[in-house]
Amino acid sequence: MVDGTQSPLVAKGAARTMAHFWMILGVIIVAFPVYYVFIASTHSVQTILRPPLPLLPGSEMWDNYSGAFSGEINRIGGVSLWRLLGNTTLIAVGIAVGKIVISMASAYAIVFFKFPFRMACFWLIFITLMLPVEVRIQPTYKVMVDLGLIDTYAGLILPLIASATATLLFRQFFMTIPDELLEAARVDGAGPWRFFKDILWPLSLTNVAAIFVIQFIYGWTQYLWPLLVTNSNEMNTIVIALRKMISFADADTPWNLVMVTSVLAILPPILVVVLMQRWFVKGLVETEK
Amino acid sequence: MRRTVFPHKLLPWLLLAPQLAITLIFFYWPAAQAFRQSVLREDPFGLSSTFVGLANFRKVLNDPSYLNALQVTVIFSVLVAFFAMAIALFLAVQVEKIIRGKGFYRTLMIWPYAVAPAIAGMLWLFMFNPSFGTLAWPLRQLGINWNPLLDGDQAMMLVVAAATWKQISYNFLFFVAGLQAIPKSLLEAAAIDGATKRRAFWTIVFPLLTPTTFFLLVVNTVYALFDTFGIIHAVTGGGPGKATETLVYKVYNDGFVNLIMGDSAAQSVILMVIVIALTAFQFRFIEKRVHYG
Amino acid sequence: MKTVNLMVAGLVAMPMAAQAQTEISWWHAMTGANSEVVEKIAADFNASQSDYVVKPVFKGTYPETLNAGIAAFRAGQAPDIIQVFDVGTGVMMGAQGAIKPVAEVLTEAGFAFDKSQYLPGIVGYYSSPEGEMLSFPYNSSSPILYYNKDIFEKAGLDVDNPPKTWAEVWAAARQIKSSGAATCGYTSTWLTWIHTENFAAWNNVSWASNENGLAGTPELAVDGPLFVKHFQEIADLAKEGVFVYGGRTSEAKQNFTSGECGILTESSGGLGDIVKAGINYGIGQLPYDETAEGAPQNTTPGGASLWVMGGKSDEVYKGVGTFFNYLSQTDVQEFLHQESGYLPVTMAAYEATKASGFYETNPAREVPITQMMGKEPTENSKGVRAPNLPQIRDILNEEFEKMLAGQQTAQEALTAATTRGNAAIKEATGG
Repeated sequence: MVDGTQSPLVAKGAARTMAHFWMILGVIIVAFPVYYVFIASTHSVQTILRPPLPLLPGSEMWDNYSGAFSGEINRIGGVSLWRLLGNTTLIAVGIAVGKIVISMASAYAIVFFKFPFRMACFWLIFITLMLPVEVRIQPTYKVMVDLGLIDTYAGLILPLIASATATLLFRQFFMTIPDELLEAARVDGAGPWRFFKDILWPLSLTNVAAIFVIQFIYGWTQYLWPLLVTNSNEMNTIVIALRKMISFADADTPWNLVMVTSVLAILPPILVVVLMQRWFVKGLVETEK
Repeated sequence: MRRTVFPHKLLPWLLLAPQLAITLIFFYWPAAQAFRQSVLREDPFGLSSTFVGLANFRKVLNDPSYLNALQVTVIFSVLVAFFAMAIALFLAVQVEKIIRGKGFYRTLMIWPYAVAPAIAGMLWLFMFNPSFGTLAWPLRQLGINWNPLLDGDQAMMLVVAAATWKQISYNFLFFVAGLQAIPKSLLEAAAIDGATKRRAFWTIVFPLLTPTTFFLLVVNTVYALFDTFGIIHAVTGGGPGKATETLVYKVYNDGFVNLIMGDSAAQSVILMVIVIALTAFQFRFIEKRVHYG
Repeated sequence: MKTVNLMVAGLVAMPMAAQAQTEISWWHAMTGANSEVVEKIAADFNASQSDYVVKPVFKGTYPETLNAGIAAFRAGQAPDIIQVFDVGTGVMMGAQGAIKPVAEVLTEAGFAFDKSQYLPGIVGYYSSPEGEMLSFPYNSSSPILYYNKDIFEKAGLDVDNPPKTWAEVWAAARQIKSSGAATCGYTSTWLTWIHTENFAAWNNVSWASNENGLAGTPELAVDGPLFVKHFQEIADLAKEGVFVYGGRTSEAKQNFTSGECGILTESSGGLGDIVKAGINYGIGQLPYDETAEGAPQNTTPGGASLWVMGGKSDEVYKGVGTFFNYLSQTDVQEFLHQESGYLPVTMAAYEATKASGFYETNPAREVPITQMMGKEPTENSKGVRAPNLPQIRDILNEEFEKMLAGQQTAQEALTAATTRGNAAIKEATGG
């Protein structure tokens, strides 16, 4: 999907202009909500509360953003914006890295070894693929308490590593590695570690990047689980802080700060996706094939 | 199955151990607990509990509001899967007609993928709230009586739109990849035969995309079933009436808000069965693709 | 190295008091400005003495907080204090082994607990049928009427005299719409809380049997003639476009702050947003139905109270008692009342606020208190209680939404809600 590759569908003249028209329309629709929240973050509470909201940036941008970073958020949530962003990053990276490590290891075992109950193990993992944490939240919480993981980063990260998506993706990819490669490596006297380090890992890099992006975003966007297993403000993530600012009942909501926080909660994952898009797209599409 | 494998006996178990441990502790153990709870009737605090056999399941399956949730789930999932895929396919075809600026369009197209469902829901609510939504205003000017707070169909449209919006990115990337894999010679041959572009698309391109389409169908269905909880929670809360209450939302609402533990656990178990069935279905399909695809 | 040594020396030299502090966890659901108030009260309490440290923790929305507390209790990790919203009161009362009555906590901690010091309408709601105070009222509010003075002026209505009865509200709302002063005449937040629970109390009609459930398992009576008449009037207004529905909880406030609607009924706690929106607003009592005998009676509190969980150490209970005693001090209550817009819990705080002249500059703050204290409560006006009140509210809301969408009449909606609600209560009580 590199620019300049001639696609079999390339059109000329009016058809191509029409295509541009449709793409521009599509992009406007798709990107509008994100633009909208950014616009809202540059207006005062009064403007936001008395809609319709203008579609151009307002003059309060500097006040809103500097206020949010210099302690306004701290005042409401008891913890600074930096800490929130730090926590969320740590959790998202922890989930992504943890998932890559354990699922690469298990996929490696399933594909490159022969042992009793191999397929049973695979199924055991695979069935967990799609069950969302919301559905089993109460008993999972009890497990966390018994293991003493409440209010720890491990408690925020470990249960969310338990899904099987990454294992499946790595398995699919490993199965496309030709037998000849493994045979050649074994003739050279390479053991499992050297085969992995010298041959498999370099070949897997795009997939690792893709899974990193997918899981980073999965971790970044969690809400219900972090809310349940953290008791201290210091462990909050930015999505939780955002919900904390929005009033459900009586208090007045600092909508300008809500918008700033939304932008900051959306921006890092967008940056990750956009900056890593080349590997992400390639890995995503290749592993799923 | 590979012809060549490493001969080690213990090493694969060591490699599998972390994943198995996490799966057993955080999935199977809680799932077993849910099973146990589904045959009990308990007060919220667990101070007293009685064994009721399958009574919770009978009650849930005979409950008209459960059947309503099932119906809502089917309608919602079909609409989300259809629109998310149709729009993505259309845009993927358009972007392939273009030479310059493809990267730019793609970069903007993948944004929604990175937005948390809870935040996405909030954004859509903010834009389309009948009284202060910036986009609700033009709808009203057009003479549309826009009121998703009371009109169940409009509420459904709103959650479908928000859920679709979040999923277009993902589908778009796959369709673009699928389109690029189509051999150029086939289309050139069609052009020589005098087929119109439109006919060539439906007779050549679309059939060749079937594996991608089918794969996306499964992924989108699962997405619509489970990952849209955050959106529904933020946009409609299942209302008005029960017009947008899906199965997953009902599990949450009965167990988490109304504290009816047994019913909620029984619904969880039913959902797990659905998930396992879907997984098995997808597994068969993926296996096939690995061998023949 | 030197500084480290000095620090160690300093630590050793310090008295042991700092180590002996008992930590008390307080789970709450307060957001926005009210979350700041929670943090401030805890910090002030911690600074006021050295034996206990109160640690407030935000646990999400009210339902999320309650559920986190229940999950934690089942796992043996319950917090010491948990804030539970009004509709969760029935659930907490049903959990005898899981909670410890506040009256008991206070007496055991050595504080004289005198019920008469507290506002009767509020304390009555959080007491057992035998009269024992079970939870500590933290944030209480009461529904009042807000109106937009600019819109009133434009519509030719009396800017200084807001409508007092529902009939007057309907007339004013119609005039707002027909004069073109605004597109919507009237809207309301919390239809269930304001138009059934408070409507019943304020007009002295029964919401449910057994003193609205306070004296035993309730059987709903919201299909009574006065309710049917009232809701049919709302349904008619909705049809004319005079009444606009905003949502099940407090969303309709935005229809008012945006200038779309001229009149709003909403919790007194919602004042903050309305002030911030910068509109020219006025305040009146909650309207009553002039055909109801003895109306207006008194309104009932909404909001939340603090529950003490069971099975904690004596040291913790002593700390909780000390904290609640601190919370009920006049200056703390004054701060809470004036800062957050919630009602004061003690008579002393109310009188002190009054003496300070606060109500002369903020008359709106006194309305909800006088409404609640107006008359000795009857069996219809002490509040409502059901083991599954959140579910009952859901059912009512669903039927109201169908009614407002024009799919059924008020009579049909209320009959259906009563039948479904009673079935749910029966189910919840194990019938």
